[in-house]
Amino acid sequence: MRAAVLVFPGSNCDRDLAVALRGAGAEVTMVWHKDTALPQGTDLVAIPGGFSFGDYLRCGAIAARAPIFDAVRRFAEGGGHVIGICNGFQVLLEAGLLPGALMRNAGLKFICKPLALTVETAESVYTAAYGAGAQVVFPVAHHDGNYQADAETLARIEGEGRVAFRYVDTPNGSANGIAGILSANRRVLGLMPHPERAADPAQGMTDGSALFRALAGAFETA
Amino acid sequence: MDEPQITDDLIAAHGLKPDEYARILEIIGRAPSFTELGIFSAMWNEHCSYKSSKKWLRTLPTTGPQVICGPGENAGVVDIGDGQAVVFKMESHNHPSYIEPYQGAATGVGGILRDVFTMGARPIAAMNSLSFGAPDHPKTRQLVHGVVEGIGGYGNAFGVPTVGGEVRFHPAYNGNCLVNAFAAGLADADAIFYSAASGVGMPVVYLGAKTGRDGVGGATMASAEFDDTIEEKRPTVQVGDPFTEKRLMEACLELMQTGAVISIQDMGAAGLTCSAVEMGDKGGLGIRLDLDRVPVREEHMTAYEMMLSESQERMLMVLRPEKEAEAKAVFDKWDLDFAIVGETIAEDRFLILHGNDVKADLPLSKLASSAPEYDRPWDEPLPAPELQDVPQIDPIDGLKGLISSPNHAAKNWVYEQYDHMVMADTVRAPGLGAGVIRVHGTGKLLAFTSDVTPRYVRANPVEGGKQAVAEAYRNLTAVGAVPLATTDNLNFGNPEKPAIMGQFVGAIKGIGEAVAALDMPIVSGNVSLYNETDGSAILPTPTIGAVGLIATEEDIIAGSAQAGMMALLLGPEGSHLGQSALLHEVFNREDGDAPTVDLAAEKAAGDFIRANHAMISACQDLSDGGLALAAFEMAEAAGVGVTLDSGDTPVIFGEDQARYLIAATFDCAETLMIEAGKAGLTIQTVGRFGGDTVRMGRSEAPLSELSALYRSSFGAVFG
Repeated sequence: MRAAVLVFPGSNCDRDLAVALRGAGAEVTMVWHKDTALPQGTDLVAIPGGFSFGDYLRCGAIAARAPIFDAVRRFAEGGGHVIGICNGFQVLLEAGLLPGALMRNAGLKFICKPLALTVETAESVYTAAYGAGAQVVFPVAHHDGNYQADAETLARIEGEGRVAFRYVDTPNGSANGIAGILSANRRVLGLMPHPERAADPAQGMTDGSALFRALAGAFETA
Repeated sequence: MDEPQITDDLIAAHGLKPDEYARILEIIGRAPSFTELGIFSAMWNEHCSYKSSKKWLRTLPTTGPQVICGPGENAGVVDIGDGQAVVFKMESHNHPSYIEPYQGAATGVGGILRDVFTMGARPIAAMNSLSFGAPDHPKTRQLVHGVVEGIGGYGNAFGVPTVGGEVRFHPAYNGNCLVNAFAAGLADADAIFYSAASGVGMPVVYLGAKTGRDGVGGATMASAEFDDTIEEKRPTVQVGDPFTEKRLMEACLELMQTGAVISIQDMGAAGLTCSAVEMGDKGGLGIRLDLDRVPVREEHMTAYEMMLSESQERMLMVLRPEKEAEAKAVFDKWDLDFAIVGETIAEDRFLILHGNDVKADLPLSKLASSAPEYDRPWDEPLPAPELQDVPQIDPIDGLKGLISSPNHAAKNWVYEQYDHMVMADTVRAPGLGAGVIRVHGTGKLLAFTSDVTPRYVRANPVEGGKQAVAEAYRNLTAVGAVPLATTDNLNFGNPEKPAIMGQFVGAIKGIGEAVAALDMPIVSGNVSLYNETDGSAILPTPTIGAVGLIATEEDIIAGSAQAGMMALLLGPEGSHLGQSALLHEVFNREDGDAPTVDLAAEKAAGDFIRANHAMISACQDLSDGGLALAAFEMAEAAGVGVTLDSGDTPVIFGEDQARYLIAATFDCAETLMIEAGKAGLTIQTVGRFGGDTVRMGRSEAPLSELSALYRSSFGAVFG
């Protein structure tokens, strides 16, 4: 698999994501936000966590308008796979590639801790390995992870089985306990929890490895 | 613009004493200009010049085969093998945090991160030692919220894991909270960058954020006591921008790779003044600065304001001229300012030009080296108050008293606001003992701890100073680390009072003895004096930050106690209740002496733990709260009950030093006892793990009930 990890000024999980992808066998290229094209043959665009552009406007708003993002949008619209984690999820929402918004946590505080999640659907390359109903533990680390959408949108994504991960105990006020959602074509995943921080026994959590292995496996012959 | 006349009031407002001003007249042979007065005040205040502490700091052991660079640079540098080095320092941001808690704490974190990456190291871990007033004091809640959010707001965005620290409460901090920020970075041992300029006519380059009026006079403010004019000091606090800091770090590390950097210095306290003088002085050169070229974010700034601004996220660098284009390209990439603002000159001059005027023309070396140095009078500390009778207490009641107090309750409310996992190398999260991270891409690990028990230091400065180091040594040991070196952040009251100076002198003596005996030399540090409000001083708080190395993943002690395991006590049975947590939290008393610290026993116990780590499932040092609190914490972390055979108050709550609690299987316990016998150490079985209750002597309570109390008490007060 050829993965492109986007790097914005203020990204700070870019290396962590690259390490997890490489650990699963992916070939990783770091792509600078001022670039205008993705590397030839990119299978997966990965948007890392962090505080792109300081999160000084709305989280992810400026990154979603960075020069590289036209190429990312074309890639996604052409059926490409895109994963956005934490700030990356915020960027995907700001770019309109996923519906809804991430508001400030209901308790107003930054939250960093491992949390139990339910895998809600097996129908995506990201979640197939777990199976629907499986429970995993990934850490969260965010100030703005309170997922909200209007009632119609919520009903639609729930109805289409596009909730990928749900918190067992919602820490941040997210509607329906949503932790991650898929696009209509199930190829774009945005999630607040960090699977890349649970992909190595030394981290004390390994549930994230299966996600990266499944991704790498899906593109093995591509 | 005309500069104000120099008057006695103006001199006093700059924190300069009449004899210090006389010294200025003697050095320059004329009256200083307003800008020059500001420069002297910036260089000669306590915060920058260490004028009260220097004499005593010189006595601290700072060398060893592991030390690559000791105190005097931006941070200490210590060898960790394989051509790698850990670069670390701890620094206070006490006064600003009390005035404006969010920004004060945030910029404290920013400043210490900058100290580390200025030396060419990428920050990999942070800690904070925080001391607040009484939990029910009206100001405490606002300070706790602001400081914790400020630390998180800066560190989380920058992207460094906060892996440890301390949070304490005591009425002595009601008028002065302490915020001591620690950062450590990783560098190649042969690619460390220093501040000494070299070469004449080399460009002096300004990097990073623009200069504003924030923080003008901050270092001078931090060198005075507080009184009721504190609200007027708010403009002296800087405003942090972690996004710019993150870009500045990436740009600096990239720039250092190009070979363009001759020397580099961050602009911290006293900004442009201190950084330029430091680089010139260390290189034996003069510096000329043309302030018209300094990037500013406000109009009509005066030379005085530019020289004293403490705007954050700025660096000063001496550049190899032939690399200018390459260097500028790096900063353009990161959208940061890059401006040549001066050059190194051969004469011993600090020459400041602004709008065709000479605003300052001073002998540079004198600014740095002729700062006043005081041998302040000090009193031998009074003997500690004698320990009065301590009644026996029901052990569960005693434990509940400890774990329901904000001082000893779980601090999740704090640590969960810090990203402690970014960089994906955190092996042991904050909460109990030392934090541990993996050295990225290697099998090595680094452990970090920060410790001090201020009540001990007040009762007995020498033993209290020793104890802070000993506890740091034990916390590192308990995870299997070899302690490498130490940074000290010495927070005290007004040094012009002999009693306070006596505390300082005693604590330094104790710290010095301990770091020598335990081979963990001081490689960096910071002194914060004048922590007083309306004449009332903080508890003497010499915070010890220490770093240890775990050579391979096999050497770490990171397991947990399990049902059926034995609870072993390494070291003597508890007896010392003077100044203990039990007395303070449960009996509301602070009598008795600090426990004495036997440094040879500390060393022997630490060596024993490391040598026998393979037989130890979990290990915890005994400190505040003694055996009872350590056993509870170990059991609670593992989610398993524990039974201690004794319920005797001094035995389970005593705070005697050089002791560890060990969880081990029966077979390993047997072997450990034999090995301890051979080493001449005392070890004994004090109980066992299992069940779902905590039992001490004849008293018991469900673990779930105690755990809920432990986990909710901090949030119940501050949430």
